[in-house]
Amino acid sequence: MFAKKIAAYAILGSMLAFGSAQAHEFKLGQIEIGHPYSRAMLPMAKVGGGYFKITNNGPADRLVSVKSERAESVELHEMKMNGAVMEMRELDGGIAIPAKTTVELKPGSYHLMFMNVQQPFKEGEMVKATLVFEKAGSVDVEFAVGPVAGDKGSEAHAGHGR
Amino acid sequence: MTTKNPFMLIATAISAIFFCVLIGILFFTFKDEPRNSKFNTAFSLVNDEGQSVDQSIFKGNPSLVYFGYTHCPEVCPTTLFEVAGYLKELGEDGASIKSYLFTVDPERDTPEIMNSYVTAFSDRITGVTGTPEEIKRVIAGWRAFAEKVPNKSGGYSMSHTMDLFLIGSDGRLKGLIPYGADPGEAVRKIRSALL
Repeated sequence: MFAKKIAAYAILGSMLAFGSAQAHEFKLGQIEIGHPYSRAMLPMAKVGGGYFKITNNGPADRLVSVKSERAESVELHEMKMNGAVMEMRELDGGIAIPAKTTVELKPGSYHLMFMNVQQPFKEGEMVKATLVFEKAGSVDVEFAVGPVAGDKGSEAHAGHGR
Repeated sequence: MTTKNPFMLIATAISAIFFCVLIGILFFTFKDEPRNSKFNTAFSLVNDEGQSVDQSIFKGNPSLVYFGYTHCPEVCPTTLFEVAGYLKELGEDGASIKSYLFTVDPERDTPEIMNSYVTAFSDRITGVTGTPEEIKRVIAGWRAFAEKVPNKSGGYSMSHTMDLFLIGSDGRLKGLIPYGADPGEAVRKIRSALL
């Protein structure tokens, strides 16, 4: 029964992800931002994550900062698993986007942290933000807010365990 | 007995290999074995309803213990969501299990914040917070790990152990569920370790 439920979540999750990914891409010159998403925040929670894929068809660039009206600040973080310990650190110099590569901000890796969010993100809403690149300039994007945990979580797990 | 006998040589080689494998297996099972010493630290903290709790909560019933914090966007919500799922899946069988979120960030996680955070997942998860010193005692007592990592903006994140601790009603560690464990396997592990 549990397995069925998980499968249902997975199917639902992939449907949602697919559905929103379709109409959900942003372009800035030769840089494409694919499916920015976040998770619903819990009541009283003050921080939210942000994830997306950067496909750079042009020369090397760097994601230097992110702004959003929904957060006091948005930080670029890296999460690392060191054995059983989760390590977090802020990336001071931004995230390098080498020429002709794809860099993914995803759970368990590089991600955005929306700090001091006053109105917790709710499932189903879109959160506006501006990504600033060193050379390409800035682009407005919208983060699709998914469930608190579950679909993307189990996806992250699948990749993690293998 | 002469070592020039080829059968003897082979037999010796085989037993040598067997011996090495055996030592290897022993070593790995030992390494894998949870730190099953008794929790022996006195502490004084408060739960998310403001009631005081001490080391006695680890005795008399099995418990699932997680060290996390509410300013954690990914690992903590995922783990607590899964804990809620395990408890639901175990149903009546797991009625004796209590589960706790010990904050590794007591400076920001007040009982009120903990309360609305944990109850969003399940009515069966209790948040525990208190002074940083007392929290440190619990973390050290279970040989878990937590460390503050400052950000340039003046804030901070916490690095912390992601394992879910399975604690028996005798107050001893019976097992660990790593982050990202298969839910079916995790439930089996809880059943065999705690029920």
